Amino acid sequence: MNGPLGALMEPTGVPAGWEAYGDGKKERVGFFTDTSVCIGCKACEVACKEWNVIPEDGRVWTGESYDHTSQLDANSWRHVAFVEQRKPLFANGDSAELDVDTGGDGGTGLRWLMESDVCKHCTHAACLDVCPTGSLFRTEFGTVVVQQDICNGCGYCVPACPFGVLDKRHLAATTDPPPAFLGRKEDGRVWKCTLCYDRLKGGHEPACAKACPTKSIQFGPLEELRERADARLAKLDAEGWNGPRLYGRDPDDGVGGFGAFFLLLDEPEVYGLPPDPVVTTRDLPEMWTNMLAAAGALLAGVTALTLLGGRR
Amino acid sequence: MTDTTFHLDGNPSITAAGTEMRSYYGRPIIKEPTWTWEIPTYFFTGGLAGASAVLSSAARVTGNRELARTALYVGAAADLVSPVLLISDLGRPERFHHMLRVVKVTSPMNLGSWVLLVSGASSTAAAALQLLDKWKPVRIAASIVAALAGPPLATYTGVLVADTAVPVWHDGRHELPWIFGASAAASAGAAASMFVRPENAGPARRVAVAGVLAEGALMEAMERRLGTIGEVYDEGEAGKFSRAAKGLAVAGTALLAKRGRKSRASAVVGGALVCAGELCLRWAVFKAGFQSARDPKYVVESQRRRVERDGTKATTKPGESSAPPGRGA
Repeated sequence: MNGPLGALMEPTGVPAGWEAYGDGKKERVGFFTDTSVCIGCKACEVACKEWNVIPEDGRVWTGESYDHTSQLDANSWRHVAFVEQRKPLFANGDSAELDVDTGGDGGTGLRWLMESDVCKHCTHAACLDVCPTGSLFRTEFGTVVVQQDICNGCGYCVPACPFGVLDKRHLAATTDPPPAFLGRKEDGRVWKCTLCYDRLKGGHEPACAKACPTKSIQFGPLEELRERADARLAKLDAEGWNGPRLYGRDPDDGVGGFGAFFLLLDEPEVYGLPPDPVVTTRDLPEMWTNMLAAAGALLAGVTALTLLGGRR
Repeated sequence: MTDTTFHLDGNPSITAAGTEMRSYYGRPIIKEPTWTWEIPTYFFTGGLAGASAVLSSAARVTGNRELARTALYVGAAADLVSPVLLISDLGRPERFHHMLRVVKVTSPMNLGSWVLLVSGASSTAAAALQLLDKWKPVRIAASIVAALAGPPLATYTGVLVADTAVPVWHDGRHELPWIFGASAAASAGAAASMFVRPENAGPARRVAVAGVLAEGALMEAMERRLGTIGEVYDEGEAGKFSRAAKGLAVAGTALLAKRGRKSRASAVVGGALVCAGELCLRWAVFKAGFQSARDPKYVVESQRRRVERDGTKATTKPGESSAPPGRGA
């Protein structure tokens, strides 16, 4: 089967739409976010906001460790998660040589996980598939970007994303506001990480990776990042770390591999990530067939009930 | 301090080791849809429009002109309201026409916009020509187009919601287009029963009764397949709408079936009750989606079950083989 539906039925490791660039196609790039060296400084969040001119969206004191950003949304394209755990840092039960006050029970057995979350730039991106306007598109770098002059705020990509990355901006528009005659004040469009498409075009790395002081956020060609991640995972395992794993590195997962993948130290859901994300359009050929059958049944049923039997 | 991880209100942190349900401070994993009241209302009006177009054309074939005309007008009215609702829901309504700048088979909303355009144009044209009593061949052609575009219009909305990461919608993908189709038939039959004299409304009543029965059976089948995540249909707002939908549809159907043939008043009340029930059904499905998106347990539990059954591919632990670098990069 050829065409877009064919690409859904036989997912490959290659992003749909990327090949269409032909000679204009660039090497696929992405992020490898190594949470084992994240120190929770939030420089990535700040750099992202500054570079992309993302509006301030209120300051809420959550009490959830050091996390007051809480989630990725239209106004937060990097989000540092903080997880406090009664779990040792090493598999043999040792903790790091930290002077942590745990209330007098020995100062061991506690670890503090930090993870800088971001749009995954999926190989098979549900947001891009379902976008009815073509606003979401695949760039020549294999990334997924919203064209703000096309988005009409239908919101379909919002529940389609298996990671809850995209969201509608309810703040006032900073650029390209809606016409005054509608009386609408809010932006109304969907916003998310562009993997700094403008910086890539200029040959620069994304703002978050540039600002990261510990190389927790690594930017580069995806193939190279995967090799680097494999080596890092093997090293942490050899050093006896507790629970290291790669998340989204494998092109055989439900979204064909992430363009931005992670090294985690616990299950994905502990960081608020789905354990088995799937691009829902994978089931679309089956759903269309099923819908046509239902439509046929509706046509046949109503017609039969009208033709057979009397008027009264 | 207690033996749990530090947490402000004294409750154990839900991220603590050993806690069975794991999540990030109980926050949702996926986003709730941003859609507002217009969308479930449109699911109803779109279904009403689609099934009414079929009913009208079928009645025309049997020479039942009163029913054919009434169903045509009902369908056209519903077809005219539908785009207004959809445009009103957009974050940028002035850009509604961007829906039609591409044809995209991977987007149910895109194809649905095209189907609504064809259905709306043909049914309003047919209704206008009927009113003016002009250009009979054009009117017939338009009615046929509307009758063919109607069933996809009534059922694609089931695919629209199923093609999301919302657990209770995606896992209900086998039944949802059928449920929406049955509900559309029920509302079209019920609406026509209200406005057509009982001696000509027999087909409309049969369609209403059959639609309600089919929809009830299909909802039951879907809730069974959904298993534990199907519980959202019994809880909160979805539960309220679900119970209201059943009660209204059953009461209306009973009235239509028992007395609709003799009493015009019963037909009007019965038809209105069924229509109200079908509107509630769309709201039940809509709200159930929000509830299952809001609570991370539905996302995590259904995915964990899949992981245990199929073996996860999203995470790679040390020593596990994953595809070598070079694929897709």
